[in-house]
Amino acid sequence: MHTFLLVVILVLGFIITVQIARATEFVSIIQGEEKTRKQSNRINAVLLLIFLFVGLFGVYWAHHTLGDKILKLGTAASDHGIKVDKMLTYTLIATGLVFFVTQILLFWYSFRYQERENRKPYFFPHNNKLEMLWTVVPAIVLTILIAFGLVYWFQITGPAPENAATVEITGSQFKWEFRYPGKDGVLGKKNYKYIDESQDNSLGLIWDDVATHDDIVSGGPLHLVVGKPVKLVIGSKDVIHSVGLPHFRLKMDAVPGTPTTLWFTPLKTTKQMIEETGNENFVFEIACDQMCGAGHTAMRGEIIVETQEEYDQWMATQKPQYQIAVLDKQEPAADSTAAVAVASIADENK
Amino acid sequence: MSDTLHTHQETASIGHHAADHHVHAHHKETFITKYIFSQDHKMIAKQFLVTGIIWAIIGGLFSVLFRLQLGFPDQTFPILETFFGKWAEGGRIKPEFYYALTTMHGTVLVFFVLTAGLSGTFANLLIPLQIGARDMASPMMNMLSYWFFFAGSVVMLASLFIETGPASGGWTIYPPLSALGQASEGSKAGMDYWIAGMALFIISQLFGGLNYIATILNMRTKGMSMTRLPLTIWALLFTAILGVLSFPVLLSGVVLLLFDRHLGTSFYLSDIFIAGQALPNEGGSAILFQHLFWFLGHPEVYIIILPTMGLVSEVMSINARKPIFGYMAMVFSMFGICVLAFLVWAHHMFVTGLNPFLGSVFVLLTLLIAVPSAIKVFNWLTTLWRGNIRFTPAMLFAIGFVSLFISGGLTGIFLGNSTIDIHLHDTMFVIAHFHIVMGVSAFFGMFAGIYHWFPKMFGRYMNNTLGYIHFWVTLVGAYLIFWPMHYQGLAGMPRRYLDKSSWVSFSQFHSLDAMITVVTVLVFAIQLLFVFNFFYSIYKGRRVRSQNPWGATTLEWTTPIRPGHGNWEGEIPEVHRWAYDYGKDGRDFIPQTEPIGEKESSH
Repeated sequence: MHTFLLVVILVLGFIITVQIARATEFVSIIQGEEKTRKQSNRINAVLLLIFLFVGLFGVYWAHHTLGDKILKLGTAASDHGIKVDKMLTYTLIATGLVFFVTQILLFWYSFRYQERENRKPYFFPHNNKLEMLWTVVPAIVLTILIAFGLVYWFQITGPAPENAATVEITGSQFKWEFRYPGKDGVLGKKNYKYIDESQDNSLGLIWDDVATHDDIVSGGPLHLVVGKPVKLVIGSKDVIHSVGLPHFRLKMDAVPGTPTTLWFTPLKTTKQMIEETGNENFVFEIACDQMCGAGHTAMRGEIIVETQEEYDQWMATQKPQYQIAVLDKQEPAADSTAAVAVASIADENK
Repeated sequence: MSDTLHTHQETASIGHHAADHHVHAHHKETFITKYIFSQDHKMIAKQFLVTGIIWAIIGGLFSVLFRLQLGFPDQTFPILETFFGKWAEGGRIKPEFYYALTTMHGTVLVFFVLTAGLSGTFANLLIPLQIGARDMASPMMNMLSYWFFFAGSVVMLASLFIETGPASGGWTIYPPLSALGQASEGSKAGMDYWIAGMALFIISQLFGGLNYIATILNMRTKGMSMTRLPLTIWALLFTAILGVLSFPVLLSGVVLLLFDRHLGTSFYLSDIFIAGQALPNEGGSAILFQHLFWFLGHPEVYIIILPTMGLVSEVMSINARKPIFGYMAMVFSMFGICVLAFLVWAHHMFVTGLNPFLGSVFVLLTLLIAVPSAIKVFNWLTTLWRGNIRFTPAMLFAIGFVSLFISGGLTGIFLGNSTIDIHLHDTMFVIAHFHIVMGVSAFFGMFAGIYHWFPKMFGRYMNNTLGYIHFWVTLVGAYLIFWPMHYQGLAGMPRRYLDKSSWVSFSQFHSLDAMITVVTVLVFAIQLLFVFNFFYSIYKGRRVRSQNPWGATTLEWTTPIRPGHGNWEGEIPEVHRWAYDYGKDGRDFIPQTEPIGEKESSH
């Protein structure tokens, strides 16, 4: 019923508009087309000026109502994010200036130089100085933006610091899985052909490589230590996903067959962010940013940024995947040897 | 329908009964050769335009449907189930269907409307008329160009009706998603239809493009040197060159995709475990496809925007009664855009794990392309300065084009800078950026062209009042729809999310999304009003009574009001000057056909 009413209203509005438009055409023929044309010329010129003012107010209004809903400049939760925010600010200033000047000129000129009986248009086909001016000035401004941008870009994409922790993050339709390297600090080898979820090996870890034996696999949330650089090793099992970290201002695709990396230092704990944003439900989210299929929207991950002590406490409760997938399933008789194996690995890592 | 068309044409030809010596007038034309398999460039232009309009309605309707889901995620629309059955069970759009809609919206509007509908229409209409040629270099190839496009359209349209639905991996169809049927419903048969449809479309573009280039280079009338060409023709030339050089790369890309899909090759596939199964493919690179795709994909956005730049320059100069400012600068900036368009593709791939050094090169080249764009904007502004401006609907759309091009162009400076792109990549900010700069503004340029050359196409005017309503609602609506999306992007909200309710970071825009949807429906309705105006005016519009209704200098206005096949009765006129002598020496305008006077000032 609702839809039907809506359609009826639309159709009626349509017919009325068309009839009015036809009528104005007849009127114009009676009035004299030239006269009508000049009249509508004046109306449109005024409308263009009004549009300028309403538009400028609209820009202010949009900022007034939506400005609080965005990730504000200066609230980035990572070191790289601060750089991104700075770059955003510089670009906003430069482009904002151009935006206001050119839009005002465009609509002002349109209004100011509307057709008048006695006005002779100025024959002005070209002017080398002016053209030079607006080639060189934008080029200089852009060069400055490029220079800043590239300095930050190389800092952000440069090699991770020596002391960075490593975490592997793997996307698949439609979830994220995380792997911590364990005490040895090394992510053991894996191969997608070894993936076997019935054997608790959803990442395809190769148990023959002892480096896998202390690797911890988790479905999330991802735990990170505040103030400590972390290097994410990003991969995908099926299609392309993307690790989007809006509060850290970072993003990196997860490509099957081609691991990518991304490093940063989280600067604020989740608790701090809850205080700062005043949102008690606040959580760092991982948003899949690359279209990955029907469940794309639901591909959500969480990150907890915490202090070293909190992290250590949490880590102590985690079981290596090798233990879950292999050791815990072995016959009780073989239990002792397995325990020995674990102990010996632990020794090696000391 | 056919009867009306016939009588319509008969009345039309009264105007040039005397045209017995007309070069092509002796053709015995049947309905089929005249309206269907026509080789007259003007008729082919109309075919492209009408097909483009139909596609635009379909593509626009898709956006209205998925905006319903975005704006009112909690509501149900039973009418959707009536029309779409299992795709909208219970009146809610399913995710698969949502992605199919967005994918087809993008594909249809980018390729079928803003490439074929735009270039196809105006290259066909204007090239012979403005350079002074009787037709294209190869009218036959020209006709084939339309019919391959039509065939591609049919295949793409057919994919909407198959059981597993049309392609749904986004208009960029990145593999492995698009390569593996297990990954998504739309990657089953729908993807093959997409590839087949696009292959036909690319053939059409090559036929068309080669023809346009050959015609512009070889068939200019006496005196029409390259530097006397109207900017429309320059724009269409660069567009055609871009298309001819880049579309084959997309074709190669999708053919390899077809091999991966059906022949077990591994061009794009490696290390994949999907649907509980490890695939044997190893050694491919999913990123390779992105390189091939964007090698067309980026020039493609200039293929869309360059013709409208030409149309807008022409319309603006005519209605400001002033020469376009900086003609040569305009030509060189279009040349610059044309060359740089090939060197910026990887700015779509900053976060794919691309080598950071390579990324930096693309940053440099990408921001460089802002310079010619800036030159063009400043030149348009100077063209308006001290003019005597007539606000025809075409002129209003041209002014709207410049406004939108500025707004959307400036946000490109954010995204082209890789540092900011890391944050804003694939967010709603990108949606706002490209919809304004190459979606809406390209439509504005196209509308400017349609309103302006409608009298040449059909010998009648479109209704002005409807034109004004169309302009104002569309301009205000476009800003209302896309301006706020920048804020969604700055909140980090990814594109292609259909329900944000489960997210802490992105669920704060509920009322905004509803507002955008309502405006979208309104703007779409106003476009239907335009379509009505278009078809109504073909038959019932005010008749054109003067040969040169806008007081323009270019050659198309020296033809009869309703030109027959061959365009000019008798000799093709000779050209003596450039196309922009408006307001010179106190004269309103001097046609290109008028010889330079002895006392005329030079510039």
